[in-house]
Amino acid sequence: MKELIKELERKSVQIRKNILESIGINKKGHVGGSMSSADIVTALYFYKMKHNPAAPDCPDRDRLIFSKGHSVLAQYAALAEAGYFPREELKKTKTLGSILQGHPEIRTPGIEANTGSLGQGLSIGLGMALAARLDGLKYRVYVILGDGELAEGQIWEAVTAASNFKADNLIAIVDHNKVQATGPIDRHELGNIKARFEATGWETIEIDGHNMEEIVSALDAADEVNGRPTVIIAHTIKGKGVSFAENKAAYHNNGLTEEEYRQAVEELEKLHIEVEGR
Amino acid sequence: MNRADQRKAYGEELLSLARENENIVALDADLSASTMSCFLEAEYPERFFEMGIAEQNMVSTAAGLALCGKIPFVNSFAVFLTGRAYDQIRQGIALPGLNVKLVGSSSGLSDFGDGGTHQSIEDISIMRSLPNMTIIAPLDAVETRMAVREMVKYNGPVYLRLSRSELPVLTTEEYPFEIGKVRKITDGEDVTIFANGIMVSKALEAHSELKKRGISARIINVSTIKPLDVEMVRKYSADVRAVVTAEEHSIIGGLGSAVCEALSTEAVKIKRIGINDCFGQSADNYEELLEYYGLTVSEIVRSVEEII
Ligand SMILES: Cc1ncc(C[n+]2csc(CCOP(=O)(O)OP(=O)(O)O)c2C)c(N)n1
Repeated sequence: MKELIKELERKSVQIRKNILESIGINKKGHVGGSMSSADIVTALYFYKMKHNPAAPDCPDRDRLIFSKGHSVLAQYAALAEAGYFPREELKKTKTLGSILQGHPEIRTPGIEANTGSLGQGLSIGLGMALAARLDGLKYRVYVILGDGELAEGQIWEAVTAASNFKADNLIAIVDHNKVQATGPIDRHELGNIKARFEATGWETIEIDGHNMEEIVSALDAADEVNGRPTVIIAHTIKGKGVSFAENKAAYHNNGLTEEEYRQAVEELEKLHIEVEGR
Repeated sequence: MNRADQRKAYGEELLSLARENENIVALDADLSASTMSCFLEAEYPERFFEMGIAEQNMVSTAAGLALCGKIPFVNSFAVFLTGRAYDQIRQGIALPGLNVKLVGSSSGLSDFGDGGTHQSIEDISIMRSLPNMTIIAPLDAVETRMAVREMVKYNGPVYLRLSRSELPVLTTEEYPFEIGKVRKITDGEDVTIFANGIMVSKALEAHSELKKRGISARIINVSTIKPLDVEMVRKYSADVRAVVTAEEHSIIGGLGSAVCEALSTEAVKIKRIGINDCFGQSADNYEELLEYYGLTVSEIVRSVEEII
């Protein structure tokens, strides 16, 4: 277990470096929400999910949908690392003709759904979960939601529907970083998120979304839930890993200056050394 | 050419109008720092409603505010406002003809990095099909200010389309802006180019290029797409050899379509320039995308030469 966690932590540093590479210098990029999802994405692709980069269309693969599609840079980072496409593509993110668009598109190897207009991913995930049942397949569908995104009414339509259909192969993960585009999410209070899911019949698990051990055991625990969907509420830090961007709405979708980029890379190098020493 | 931000002009003008008219309120769905409704928010926090990322609820809430005499300005990106909340706009605002002002920001391809999800190529088309809806796509920051002032005077639903990019400033405060009226930018005898938004500045550049080639072009700014100034569109098309339309929008359902509809009973050749029935995509910058989709000076010149 210890070795596994260390290996995943090492990977998550690499995922964050890949995110930086996608963002580049003096270009706009969703730094904050990508960095806050990085550890969760790492655990999904390199521990939990059954998937095969050599056969991305394999019918019984587990699926990951970024409902908060703007944070897809974290998914691109993991897909590149897993070998879905050459690493060189990362540098071309958001350039004309690139397979890596500003928001997820299914023409990119490994991307499961088009998202980017917030609030729709959980419904799409539910459709996939229902299809698994029809096809007698055992795959699971993971959907990453933003906490600001939870304001969208459609999310709660999907929450109710998933519960009605007892979709226990559907796992929602809320990247609860407490910041949206224009400031803290309490600009628009959401009430008790956990209680809202519970009231609709969901299994709820609350974790520190940057603690790899907690992420891994929450994902394992979700496997054991029967007859109802699970939500993992992951407390995270927007911009995690890049100190000057942490908890700041200003880095929701911002460019990094050359100086900032250099500092971010340095910080991740330091983190890498620290993880190796653990 | 001097350039200015339409969004900033809108935000400042909205605030200054709000100072004079206490019925003006604003709603936003977590984009106020981009749509620039943040100016009103800063000075009148009690007249600003942060609705969270929930556009449908925001639009219907605005309907309720309007039914109680407020003048709500509803802000989001054009694509989410007109797309996500379409039924709320149709049933709750257009059908009863409520006094709600819908402001679609980051329209067209101007959100170049975010790609097809965020680029609104069909917003005008959607809004144009709704009875009672007025649609304004100003060509620059100055016309934006005038449009916002006129929107407050006008009682009824309006969709205002704004760009995220800094656009060349072609008008002055003396420029006579009136909802429903086209404006002549240059006169000419061979061809009339109807354009709006960023494409007016492209048409102006094309005008000089065409002049060198001995073609004289009349350029008409059609900032109100609905109701269209049908009388003047017909008049300006009657004495030329051909008509060209240019817009940063799908060729289906936007300015080009509106002009074709107005001229359907006239004997005139028309060529439409716009996005050819396809979605947008990510790019490094705005100009690169405009180039890719053929929204350029050279495309206007080519089209004019081809059709006359
Ligand atoms: C329907 C819709 N409305 C608005 C937006 C613009 N937008 C993109 S990200 C964002 C904020 C997201 O906040 P949150 O869900 O908390 O994500 P995170 O903080 O994890 O980045 C907004 C408003 C959008 N993409 N889709």
